[in-house]
Amino acid sequence: MKLRRVSPGIVATAAVMVAVGLGVPLVVDQFQLLQLTVFASMCILALSLGVVWGYGGILCFGQSAFFGLGAYTYAVTAVNLAESTLAILLSIVVPAVFAALLGYFMFYGRLSDVYLGVITLSVTLIFFNLMNSTAGDAYRIGTARLNGFNGMPSLPTFNVPGNPGRLLDPTETFYLVMALLLSVYVGLHALLASHFGRVVVAVRENETRCELLGYDVRLHKLLVFTLGGAIAGLAGSLFANWGAFVSPNVFSLSTTSQIIIWVIVGGLGTLVGPIIGCVLMQYLATELGTQQLANTSLMFGIIFLAFVLLVPRGIVPSLGVVRARLSAVRARPPA
Amino acid sequence: MFLHVTELSARYGRIPVLNGIELQVAAGEFVGVLGHNGMGKTTLLRTLMGFVPAQRGRIAFDDVDVTREPPYARARRGLGYVPQGREIFPGLSVRDNLRMGFAGRGVDERIDAILETFPRLTPLLNRRGGALSGGEQQLLAIARCLAGQPKMILFDEPTEGIQPSIIEELVVVLRQLHQRQGLTILLVEQNLEFIAELAQRVLLIQKGTILRELRPKELRQADVLNEFVGVGTDAG
Repeated sequence: MKLRRVSPGIVATAAVMVAVGLGVPLVVDQFQLLQLTVFASMCILALSLGVVWGYGGILCFGQSAFFGLGAYTYAVTAVNLAESTLAILLSIVVPAVFAALLGYFMFYGRLSDVYLGVITLSVTLIFFNLMNSTAGDAYRIGTARLNGFNGMPSLPTFNVPGNPGRLLDPTETFYLVMALLLSVYVGLHALLASHFGRVVVAVRENETRCELLGYDVRLHKLLVFTLGGAIAGLAGSLFANWGAFVSPNVFSLSTTSQIIIWVIVGGLGTLVGPIIGCVLMQYLATELGTQQLANTSLMFGIIFLAFVLLVPRGIVPSLGVVRARLSAVRARPPA
Repeated sequence: MFLHVTELSARYGRIPVLNGIELQVAAGEFVGVLGHNGMGKTTLLRTLMGFVPAQRGRIAFDDVDVTREPPYARARRGLGYVPQGREIFPGLSVRDNLRMGFAGRGVDERIDAILETFPRLTPLLNRRGGALSGGEQQLLAIARCLAGQPKMILFDEPTEGIQPSIIEELVVVLRQLHQRQGLTILLVEQNLEFIAELAQRVLLIQKGTILRELRPKELRQADVLNEFVGVGTDAG
């Protein structure tokens, strides 16, 4: 990505991330720091769907399949090895390979968007049911018991690479997660500014036009889908590390619909939008969780409907429209 | 033959559209295909590009059987296509539309080289593709197709909905591409004047079959027009 092409918005967002990453641990207590760590991990998950859906035009209803696969891969590997470095790497690779396989059959089978949504949703629900059915001693991978609907507790948390005895404390973990969020955000922008990124967006706009220009549409869709799977897997490992726990809920319908809501609320076709949507909705979920008046899922549903009906573009694109209109009004000569 | 089509048939569902098309285009040749609406002109080009699967027959391009290849593979072999409706990216600038045809380094230099053929596009480079007039979009579509360095271009009714001044410019551009750059061209049209001006030979298509081959000057003869095109005598 050439420096001259970096938009002020990207620089500002990255600067905010750096400021939050460096400044927040100095001013908040440990509970709030842990909350912000999971917010940042979920932002990475939101970015994974943001790029697959917002830029690749692939409405994946099953992004939580890759998220959960990453979380379980981390859990199983970390329990077996008592070390987190390889576990993190595998939590990216395994969902990416699974996304590549699933994507191959979907894109090379020329499935339409509707079927694609149905299949991805079905896959995550299959994982949900499958992992719920793994209670009992028989269901173990190496020394790691899967524990069915009870989930896997007491997972080893992140350690310094090559030094399993030196675990990261909550502040160091927060720095790591913020650094990963920044890297994913900047990396995705760099990718989207490249020739590959332009083709991905062009495929979203019109597949026929791209084929006319000699681009393999299926391959580009497969690559962006796989990338989304890898990023979601990374988020899964961060989530598993955060709570030192993983359960089949990572594959649940509520998880997968949450990701879609974050992207819709923040704004499709942007990268900062899913981050903003995720932080807002996570904050709201935390606040709603402290009261008994309204059910959180019901409130999420109402917010989702309100955005779809009233702010269909999402927050960030709508702000852009408002800003453009204000600029036009200011530029108009006085009567 | 550069493009050798034998016994080509295609259908939409149960409805046959192409029925045993026989077509040969030599390297460097400019061939026109003339026919009414619904006779299979666009389907012929879409089948040649691979967007409509061939039910029967064979398409050989540059001595390679491409009948079962996907569209992008045919485009990579050098088969360019400028479709009806232009199919530019309306949200991208003219420059970015042209960039889409390239990969790798030296893109701007190559765009400059292409713009020498399309001087009208030079001042519009930063304008959105969707903000151009129909004629300018047509020029952009041709320029973008050239960015892929095709060996042969299929044109689908490039004059449709275009203002007369730009049609004259299109004649100049297409002639230049054929005569100076040696491109092989297959042009599908309903505009008699346009096709007669450019094509070396014209094929009449009716009900999905190539009915007859004509010399361009024959297109101006009243009896031919009445018999095969049915447009009266005012074309010549």
